[in-house]
Amino acid sequence: MAEIVSLADAVGDLVPDGATVAMEGFTHLIPFAAGHEMIRQQKKDLTLARMTPDVIYDQLIGMGCARGLIFSWGGNPGVGSLHRFRDAVEHGHPRAIELEEHSHAGMATRYAAGASGLPFGVLRGYAGSDLLAHTSVARITCPFTGEELAAVPALRPDVTVIHAQQADRKGNVGMWGISGVQREAVLAARSSIVTVEEVVDELTATGPNHVMLPTWTVTAVAPVPGGSHPSYSMGFTTRDNAFYTEWDGISRDRDTFSAWMREFVVDTSDHAAYLDKISNHANG
Amino acid sequence: MAETGPDQATFAPDEMMTVTAARGLRNGQVCFVGIGLPSEAANLARLSHAPDVVLIYESGTIGTRPEILPLSIGDGELAEMADLVVSVPEVFSYWLQGGRIDVGFLSAAQIDRYGNLNSTVIGSYDHPDVRLPGAGGAPEIASSAGEVIVMLRQNSRSFVESVDFVTSVGFGRDGEGRIGNVGAGPSVVITDLGVLRPDAVSHELTLVAIHPGVSVDDAVTATGWDLLVSDPLDVTEPPTSAELATLRDLQARTREAHARREASAIDH
Repeated sequence: MAEIVSLADAVGDLVPDGATVAMEGFTHLIPFAAGHEMIRQQKKDLTLARMTPDVIYDQLIGMGCARGLIFSWGGNPGVGSLHRFRDAVEHGHPRAIELEEHSHAGMATRYAAGASGLPFGVLRGYAGSDLLAHTSVARITCPFTGEELAAVPALRPDVTVIHAQQADRKGNVGMWGISGVQREAVLAARSSIVTVEEVVDELTATGPNHVMLPTWTVTAVAPVPGGSHPSYSMGFTTRDNAFYTEWDGISRDRDTFSAWMREFVVDTSDHAAYLDKISNHANG
Repeated sequence: MAETGPDQATFAPDEMMTVTAARGLRNGQVCFVGIGLPSEAANLARLSHAPDVVLIYESGTIGTRPEILPLSIGDGELAEMADLVVSVPEVFSYWLQGGRIDVGFLSAAQIDRYGNLNSTVIGSYDHPDVRLPGAGGAPEIASSAGEVIVMLRQNSRSFVESVDFVTSVGFGRDGEGRIGNVGAGPSVVITDLGVLRPDAVSHELTLVAIHPGVSVDDAVTATGWDLLVSDPLDVTEPPTSAELATLRDLQARTREAHARREASAIDH
């Protein structure tokens, strides 16, 4: 059964230094508040898994929280580069990070294998790509047809963190819209944190499939309204595309980045304080 | 760029590229769309000659009809306007790998004469000069879509003798490398200068058309290998005023929407 706790407690209890952490959400429902809380708690040596690292991992990498990155597309969607990610890969600043790089299909297959309790997953992929030589992929032969396919190892994070629209008071999680790879990432992990827009008596969605993840598959639920900003939570918030564009300028320079992180994340007490600051800044 | 007649306004090279790429999609085809240039061209096709084209984005949004171009591959607009939304593992397994995609629509930072695409690094993998975003969905789109339309701007940095990294395979570094891939590979490469198609036998990209106002020399100079030029060489039909109006309207709506920070973005 999931416990309903504060985000600070969930991150403090379930994210030890050195852990392999998956924070999923495919553009939609990215758990930014949880990432910020890891930065406030100065987590170290994390191996960060995520299909699309996005601004959230740019921030964690730039603040020196990451030792490794398992990913398939590391850009600022529609805007350009993730400058802190590039600085780490190209110049080792603030520290070098180890890359384990896949395609989207490969990452999705790895999570699905992890959720299935299998040691590896199979796909028709990577043929002719130089990724084969640089990552954990093996060629296997189908025992029935002889076709050559790709095998990728299961991904089993120590903890998976996602954001959803709702949980009920028992910790059943309700979620809708683009659902990405979240169910697979939670079921593949040893423990999980779900931040939610609201905790309600009854989930809004009805019908036989209204529970995205039943409470007994989740470790901790933390209510964090607006917890996906600048990503979005369909039905609650919209994507802050203007912020994603502004991030390009904020993150390009090391000092500008550090000053922004200090002002908006490190020196804010929690996510509500962060959102107040963002809101004042946008309207000021 | 060229004045092309009384009915058509002056147009930019990028507009010619997008219009040409849009024309490459046929009504009713199922298209797996990459973000950026391909997304713009695919939606222009849908808003002009191909209203029943089925657009699928890797966020799992299937049959989507966005009013504005998405900034990211998973903007809410794509989900709200979709026929159905599936998980990411599902979109890659049942829909792409399952063989339901007619056309994959891709871009890249570099391309070589055999249509191999690089979106991973400039320089060496371990010590890159420029670290690019990486593969995303492209390798399996390149592998499994029935055919692939590639669009990118043509210059000596993008059209190179040898790509620094094969992220997504075209015909392989030697032109014979589609072993293990189900789809037919790149059928056409559309640039801001012209149109290239792979030779039926050697698979080497051949310039088959240039855009109005572009010379063969321009295309040759912008290519990092000895470019094969087809004889006769076509000249692309310039954009119609309807195509230009639809494209510019879409771009204007999109710019306006992306610059606006809705109060709902920071609700809490």
